[in-house]
Amino acid sequence: MKRPSLLPTSAVNLVPTTQQSSPDKLALRRFMRNPIAMIGVLALLITVIASVLAPIISPYPPTAIDLTNVRQPPSAEHLLGTDSTGRDVFSRLLAGGQISLMVGFLAALMAVAIGTLAGVAAGWFGGIVDGIISRIVDIMLSVPAVLVIIVLAGVIGPSVPMLIVVIAGLAWPTPARIARGVVLSLREEEFVQAARAFGSRTGFIIFRHLVPGVLPPIVVSATLLVAESVLLESSLSFLGAGVQPPQSSWGNMLNEAQSLTVLSSMPWLWVPAGLMIAITVLSAMAVGDGIRDAIDPRKNR
Amino acid sequence: MTDETAKKPLLAVRELTLDIATPHGTVRILEDVALEVHPGEIVGIVGESGSGKSMTALSVLRILPPGARIISGGIDFEGVDLATLSARRMRGVRGRRIAMVFQDHMTTLDPVITIGAQIEEAYRIHHPRAPRSEAKARMIETLTQVGVLDAAERAKQYPHQWSGGMRQRAVIAMALINDPDVIIADEPTTALDVTIQAEILAVLRGLRDSRDLSILLITHDMGVIADMADRIVVMKEGRIVETAEVHALFESPEHPYTRKLLDAVPRPSAETAERSQPDAAAQAVLEVEDLVVQYSRGWRRDGFRAVDGVSFSVPEGKVVGLVGESGSGKSTIGKAIVGLAPITSGSIRLGGVELQELHGRAARTARETYGMVFQDPASSLNPRMTIGECIAEPLVAHRRTMSRTARRERVVELLEQVELPAAWVTRFPHELSGGQRQRVGVARALALEPELLIADEPTSALDVSVQAAVLEVFQELQQRLGFSCLFISHDLAVVELLSESVVVLQRGQIVEQGDARSVLNDPQTEYARRLVDAAPLPDPARQRARQLASIPTV
Repeated sequence: MKRPSLLPTSAVNLVPTTQQSSPDKLALRRFMRNPIAMIGVLALLITVIASVLAPIISPYPPTAIDLTNVRQPPSAEHLLGTDSTGRDVFSRLLAGGQISLMVGFLAALMAVAIGTLAGVAAGWFGGIVDGIISRIVDIMLSVPAVLVIIVLAGVIGPSVPMLIVVIAGLAWPTPARIARGVVLSLREEEFVQAARAFGSRTGFIIFRHLVPGVLPPIVVSATLLVAESVLLESSLSFLGAGVQPPQSSWGNMLNEAQSLTVLSSMPWLWVPAGLMIAITVLSAMAVGDGIRDAIDPRKNR
Repeated sequence: MTDETAKKPLLAVRELTLDIATPHGTVRILEDVALEVHPGEIVGIVGESGSGKSMTALSVLRILPPGARIISGGIDFEGVDLATLSARRMRGVRGRRIAMVFQDHMTTLDPVITIGAQIEEAYRIHHPRAPRSEAKARMIETLTQVGVLDAAERAKQYPHQWSGGMRQRAVIAMALINDPDVIIADEPTTALDVTIQAEILAVLRGLRDSRDLSILLITHDMGVIADMADRIVVMKEGRIVETAEVHALFESPEHPYTRKLLDAVPRPSAETAERSQPDAAAQAVLEVEDLVVQYSRGWRRDGFRAVDGVSFSVPEGKVVGLVGESGSGKSTIGKAIVGLAPITSGSIRLGGVELQELHGRAARTARETYGMVFQDPASSLNPRMTIGECIAEPLVAHRRTMSRTARRERVVELLEQVELPAAWVTRFPHELSGGQRQRVGVARALALEPELLIADEPTSALDVSVQAAVLEVFQELQQRLGFSCLFISHDLAVVELLSESVVVLQRGQIVEQGDARSVLNDPQTEYARRLVDAAPLPDPARQRARQLASIPTV
């Protein structure tokens, strides 16, 4: 067979196009260049390290009562003063950070794990699976979280594990919705169609093509969930349905601020805890926004 | 011609240089671009993607993307320089004196406003005091001019109620309603089927003849340019490499790039003789019999039959072309074979095995015997996986016992087969050009040494010179490895180049099939003939002779 004329030689461009880097590495580079996100990372890192090292750096045991020294203003011995039962506020802040951050991170992690699995399953299998999962999601989203926890705290008693499980149980619908949406669009992508056409197993497609695609938006929602969980823990502890004294958390430290005299004349009792909550939540959100901008380069311009 | 060139040009782009600021520094988009458009002349700008042809057009209307800046040069239009004209006066030129026809009729029209109202709006912008009745009358007149029958009634409809070709007519009417002197048409027919394209081109030609309209036509299609343009400007990387009169350019291209571009166009050469006749004795690798693919449209409504009783076979070692316009069901047949579309009835036998009877593991194993190349190399490779991982995917699915090193060796071997450097296994798809990505797609499809390759429009997303290189690699591999192939395409020239026999589809049914050369050179059915005639030949003399022979009915 005589071949009709085509190009004389199939010229392959051997010049390297760009540096070898995956989309994820490129995203990381963009993230590192975002000053607000980096400040968020730094603040979060300091908070986490300080909380982890709390037993070492705390000047006093967080629950040690000293009735001779109640409501002392900040001084050399007590950096942030003492509370109504003479406990060191700085030590309690560090110990409270441990609890608050643990609740925040663990609850967010659990919520994301459950949500991703449920969302990917709903998006991939569709039909009746999608119907059932999506209806559960709708129901969960319509439940007033604070009320449910207060009721549960009343029934099974308030505790840290209970808080984590309940917050996660109420928060998973958000990542589930995101994951479902992403999978629905990925499913129609040609590379997923290609994988199906080549006879790849469902498990392979889910873990090789879908999960990596779902992960970036899920990471964003996870950081926001950390912020939400920290806030929720604080509100619940403030209301007395969360972490119980003498164990400290940022939320129940704020509890002291319920009296007007404390609020107006003893700011060291509530400002530090409030500030820590605000810093943690803001940092987590800054990191989340940074990741979102980094994975979607169009938003950077 | 001489008195035409003696006239003053209506529009003249003088040594235009344009920069765009990006986060990574300033990029020169156009450099010293100069061209002239005379009254009643059609000037074609050709070039591959990234050549700056669209940017040239956008500069004329000054609707450039943010960050773009004209560094030097100017755009003369009736004695004023459009490059420095005030924004207010520029608005008086845009749409009124120089109008634009965009490529995508889907996004150019607003889906929630009636077609008539959108066209009237284009008129009322420039005639704010004109009464509604006048705008409406103009709208109906213009729509009728571009060949819309019963314009008054149809103008009350919404874009989704119009077909693609009709919508493109509406877009042209929108450009035309203010009676401009120049129309800039940016790939006006690229999103359309060839038969519709022929109609739209006839409309544009008719407008030039009837009202002395000048047209600046931007296209990548050498056939369209041969069909339409009086003069041609060839662009490459932001510069003009050659400007010539149409016949001169096609007969004796001067610049090597122009020659390369023209050589790359697959053309139905009259002398592809002594082709082996379809050998009846040859065993069929793929047999499709009475295939029906029906999509349901909800209960109580009849399903939509995308494929309706199609039978054909692909003999061993042969390439069979599957052609047809959009909506003809050609892609659906490919999808049904690989299991991505539901088979309603009929049978598909692959190497004698009935695919529908296979389930689960057996069905998956059957997929070893075929590979598929997808249309869009940008989306058929997972952006998060390296080239090596992409190519290895079928191996991972079917050769579970294969060792990592053996798999890696096979991937390197495949890369070499498609003429890509072996070192590229660690690269990511976004680091490759379109043509290189499609080579990766071919390598992946060949990973399991399939008996049958299904290629669904594998080159339609590529530039013509890149297409030529990919097709060459493909052809060479097909001859060397001897796989059979079902080649799905809307491009008749490509199909004729590659395949021994051809199946022509229309609305899910076969209208004609047989030896490729005889079907495409001497079609027996009305539809196949229309399809063949509508594809513009990249040869101005032959194309124009044909134009005269068949004035399309609008």
